[in-house]
Amino acid sequence: MASFKPTKIQVYPKLGEKVTQDTLYWKNYKAPVQIKEFGAVTNIDFSPVAPHNYAVTAFTRIHIYGPFSQEPVKSFTRFKDTAYCGRFRSDGQLLVAGCEDSVVRLFDVSGKVALRMFKGHTKAVRVTDFTSDRYHILTGSDDYTCRLWDIPNSTELTSYQEHTDYIRCGITSKLNRDLFITGSYDHTLKLFDARVNKSVMTMDHGQPVESLLLYPSEGLLVSAGGRYVKVWDLLKGGQPLVSLKNHHKTVTCLCLSSNGQRLLSASLDRHVKVYNTTNYKVVHNFDYAASILSLGLAPDDESIVVGMTNGILSIKHRKSSEETKEISGQQKRRPAYRVFVKGKNYVPKQDDYLVSKPVKQHLAKYDKQLKRFNVSKALDTALETWTRFRKPEITVAVIKELDRRGTLKNALAGRDERGLSQLLNFLVGNLVDPRFAPVLVPATEMILDIYQSVIGQSPVVDVQLQRLQDLLEREIGYQQDLLEVLGMLDTMFTSSLPRKEVPCSGISRPNGLAQGDASLTVL
Amino acid sequence: MVEHGDIRVVHRGGSKINFREPVLSHDSRLLLCASGECVKVFSSSTEECVHDLQGHTDLVTGVLLNPSNHLQAYSCSADGTVRLWDFTDGILIKTLVVGFPIYSLYASAHHNGVLFIVISMASDKRSELFQLAALHLPQSGDQLVEAREFSSVLGDVSSNPAAIAFGQGGEYIASAKGLHLEVYFFKKQKSYRFSLKEDNKKGAKNTFTCLSCHPKDDCIATGHEDGKIRLWRNFNHKREYTYSTLHWHHSAVSSVRFTPEGTNLLSGGVESVLVQWRYNQETQKDFLPRLGAAITHIAVSPDGELFCTAHSDNKLTVIQSCVKVSAVIQGLVKGESVRTDLMVDPRSKALVLNGKPGHLQFYSLQRDKQLYNLDIVQQEYIHESGLQQFEVVKAAFDTRGNWLATVEERKQKDSTLELNLKLWAYDEQTQSFVLNTTVSGPHEARITAMCFCHTADSQTTMLVSASQDGHFKAWQLAEAAQTEDEGPFWSCDFVGAYHSLVPECCCFSADGSLLAISFQEVVTVWSPASWELLTTLSQPPGAIRDLCFGRQSCSKYLLGTTAKNLLCCWNLLTCTLEWSTSMDVSLLLSDPLSENMAAFCSHAGCTDLFVFKPSEPRPLFSHKAICSGKVTRAVFAPREEMLESCEESSQWLNRSQLYFLTQYMDLMTFITKAEEDRLMASSKRLVIDDSVAVTPFYLLLGKHRQQQQEKQDRSFSAERNQLPQGSVAIKELLHTPAHVLPSASFLCSMFVRSLLISVTDSREEKKSEEEEMESDKEEESECEMEASTMGQGQTAEAQETAAPALTKAQARELRRVKKLDHSWLSSLLDS
Repeated sequence: MASFKPTKIQVYPKLGEKVTQDTLYWKNYKAPVQIKEFGAVTNIDFSPVAPHNYAVTAFTRIHIYGPFSQEPVKSFTRFKDTAYCGRFRSDGQLLVAGCEDSVVRLFDVSGKVALRMFKGHTKAVRVTDFTSDRYHILTGSDDYTCRLWDIPNSTELTSYQEHTDYIRCGITSKLNRDLFITGSYDHTLKLFDARVNKSVMTMDHGQPVESLLLYPSEGLLVSAGGRYVKVWDLLKGGQPLVSLKNHHKTVTCLCLSSNGQRLLSASLDRHVKVYNTTNYKVVHNFDYAASILSLGLAPDDESIVVGMTNGILSIKHRKSSEETKEISGQQKRRPAYRVFVKGKNYVPKQDDYLVSKPVKQHLAKYDKQLKRFNVSKALDTALETWTRFRKPEITVAVIKELDRRGTLKNALAGRDERGLSQLLNFLVGNLVDPRFAPVLVPATEMILDIYQSVIGQSPVVDVQLQRLQDLLEREIGYQQDLLEVLGMLDTMFTSSLPRKEVPCSGISRPNGLAQGDASLTVL
Repeated sequence: MVEHGDIRVVHRGGSKINFREPVLSHDSRLLLCASGECVKVFSSSTEECVHDLQGHTDLVTGVLLNPSNHLQAYSCSADGTVRLWDFTDGILIKTLVVGFPIYSLYASAHHNGVLFIVISMASDKRSELFQLAALHLPQSGDQLVEAREFSSVLGDVSSNPAAIAFGQGGEYIASAKGLHLEVYFFKKQKSYRFSLKEDNKKGAKNTFTCLSCHPKDDCIATGHEDGKIRLWRNFNHKREYTYSTLHWHHSAVSSVRFTPEGTNLLSGGVESVLVQWRYNQETQKDFLPRLGAAITHIAVSPDGELFCTAHSDNKLTVIQSCVKVSAVIQGLVKGESVRTDLMVDPRSKALVLNGKPGHLQFYSLQRDKQLYNLDIVQQEYIHESGLQQFEVVKAAFDTRGNWLATVEERKQKDSTLELNLKLWAYDEQTQSFVLNTTVSGPHEARITAMCFCHTADSQTTMLVSASQDGHFKAWQLAEAAQTEDEGPFWSCDFVGAYHSLVPECCCFSADGSLLAISFQEVVTVWSPASWELLTTLSQPPGAIRDLCFGRQSCSKYLLGTTAKNLLCCWNLLTCTLEWSTSMDVSLLLSDPLSENMAAFCSHAGCTDLFVFKPSEPRPLFSHKAICSGKVTRAVFAPREEMLESCEESSQWLNRSQLYFLTQYMDLMTFITKAEEDRLMASSKRLVIDDSVAVTPFYLLLGKHRQQQQEKQDRSFSAERNQLPQGSVAIKELLHTPAHVLPSASFLCSMFVRSLLISVTDSREEKKSEEEEMESDKEEESECEMEASTMGQGQTAEAQETAAPALTKAQARELRRVKKLDHSWLSSLLDS
């Protein structure tokens, strides 16, 4: 015959953000390590060769940190003024940096003194980079020019003066030694070919360009400027693909995750956003304490390094797989697999007579008591400390079930001081929860009706009742405020939405109802 | 007016099977119960209906085994006849015409030739007073006998058949009514009356509800309204009677019954728990809880092996004496009203409506059998009167039967309405519906209407629900979350309102491109794709009661009925009223398989039916006064096979059949003459082996066996000359005691030999068979040859006819064909 149907525990929707694969991935970092630099951190560059040290350009210094060290393994301090854009060559041997004093310096990573000094710019050099053949250097400067330099001879090869404002970002192609792109405050991106003496492509970003990024295939270019991140298709002659506006302050830095599937953008609004590169939707978001100027991602996403305006360098290391395992291992220690399959995988032989054992129904304690109609005991079980605090939905479900059975009054009545104060305590904790209120409000009314006569006899209960009253008064206040806000919003909506006329048949012989505007609310 | 000569309104299944106490046959294999105007015979092991004993013309009010012949049963009916049946073969043996409506029937093995019937006191009119009369059976061999010879035994008895019982070998008969118990002793011709006080101090009611007499002892068990059972003893004295009280039931005991040996007492009531008390050790009880619904009757088989309980949800439960349920026979469950509309499950073509509390029942119209119950509420049902339970109030299927939406609600006096919208997905593997989404509190007030979008081809289904809170909501299947392993679920897509009026009905057009929602007297038409309000239609005064889009060729029409007795038809292309007519339509319905619409109009206490096409002003079919009272629920059920009627008036029944529920919850349908004839013929053809219940499995196997038997019969009929059992020697052999006979092994070999066919015969047969096979082979090969020669012939013909036009290449080809070697054919022939 039909078996006892256990009390249904309502599953309430989980509040907060949804857990996706991306959140899991991007949350799997340790607590950040913070290092104080001397000034705003303007650039972070990872060495392309193992062990992937990274150069941090801050104020007049460039520090090189090892992957796990919190102290710089190396620092370059020979700058007369603020240093900019310290970048590694593709072999990780050389480092180039611009400076406020318009001199470009080239360092050996193991040495201290500059190997070469390139002089020629008239203003601060904010952009430096190596070309892919390793023999040339690209620089961009506030004097509106960008130049190519030969490293061995330390001579200037070419100079392009096409931009009409500061050049603040630039990038060289990794596949072609002659191609490079610069972005300027004149809102344009220009693609240069060193073999011709002028730019070959110009794209209009619409805002002062702050950062540039080339996809590994170099078919797509990402530019950041103002609040916008834009993606351009270079193969289609610089056609804009997408324009993203997810930040509410200037985007300062762009970065691509190691597998090329995710794009990261950092902004002065203190957020780092992670985009999916197939649909350009934000899939994750990091918050930082101050406006972000620079962002670096180690190969294989091993660490995220962020430099901020207040001179703090924040480094997040990825949790190793062992650690994550360890934690999960601690959480759940389950019995061995063979315990579960014991006897279950036995295949009966041909002549065996099968005796089917009735499946035993496992019921929770309160269900067992409900089955025997012990309503007060069931409520007591549901009000046990652990359930009450950890799983209030169970307590609420039992109260609801008792109400459905019409025996809630019996279950609530006849409690002593301790029991009653326990019950009131639970109500104070959960009464105003919108998920539980429809069930708990009638129950509270019932309790007040039942125990009306004993109010004032016990100080403990009186304190709880006082708390309950305070809670309700506060809640009523909130609700009033909310309704006021709703009213304000309604007026705003009605005034802003255009009145929509409903088409109605012109011949209004039998159909002549006043034309109405439909009030629509879309969830 | 259209003629409707050959279309009749008939009852179609779903009658009560729990109306009277069921009867178990002597061998416990068959179960008889009164069901509407017939007596149904079920197999107690397979739950299948074996026979329908048809013959009564009114409600059957009692079934009883003939005490003198356990293969026969009496049945009595309100049509004033008592009929005697051979229930194993389903044959009517005798009809006794009494002339008055009979309310129940009793008999005892110790009163030969007498039946006891309950008839009303005043023989002409329906009065509230009933009497128990002894009916003397006339000794006539005719089939139809007038039985007018009866004498009154007890006056003023209860019409409840459970309140009268024979005691201890037919010595006395006990009857309870109100607060009195009356025992009549046949020998002394004297009756004793015992009375109880109206109620005791606690306000419990002492009214008798049922009684049962102990078969061996002088003891009568009576059940009372307050849940007590009293055991009466010493009742052959006026003063010195005693009684003891048993109390377990918390509300009225509806049935008590002693087992044939008198060792146990069974009782049941609203709690739906069967309680088994030990006689003389009443503290020991066995319980069988959760039988599903209140117990109305308990029956025990004559050998005490099986119990049978009838339940208020039209169910019979067969229980073994070890208190274990062995079979459940479930009829169509009918409450006071059908809150959900009648629906047809697109997959199983079963009628779906709410059944047991909190369940939807799937009822096969063809087989008159409940297929299964779907538990919607999924909560423990508390059997207590006066308790507000969750009720299924709305349900809807999508076109292909992949989704089922249900709404359940529970309203308590002083608290808010609890509403749940549940969406069920059809699971191919388990062949049933599985809960997919639960929306608690989908609306703030009652849901007035709900419908699925009809489009068959679209991938996303849409559900629209309209509520008294002034909103309608559209629900759509949302895509699954990215990481969650759970599947897709439903979520709200759109909320709409119109002038804060209450939406009453909603309807999708056949192609799903339009949604019509009526707000009191205004019909709004929306586009579900963009949720734009396209137009409004109205025909004041009078709120819209029903809305229906036309189908197929009439899909440009929207029909509505208003509360002010108007049937309107709007043309959606011009957005104007096409026609309207004044009639009080209680229900408007469209046939999903054709463009026909059915309108049930209540007129002068009766309901008329009109079937029409929206495009034509003349109704296709009309039927005056199909039943008394209003019809509010009806459904078009698709037929399994199409009818090929070409008469205009019955063409609308070709593709689907119209079922409707009357005010008194009778399921009726329309049937054409041709169909009726066919049904009759098929029922006659169906002659079934009576000993075995008819299951589909049996039908399959049985047919096979029959064929085999026929074959054997044919083969042996020629040489079967003498049946062995007919011979004198064998008769003698069978009648001599076993211990004087020769040993069984000796006899056995002789017997087997006698059964064998002579050896030579069989050999010859074999030979002939072989020959036949050979000849078959030859024939085959000959055929092949013929085919090949035919091919040649054809080519030759072709050559002849096309000879002048032949090119050189073709000629060469022909020559090649001619040269082809056919020697392999000849070799085949030789072999």
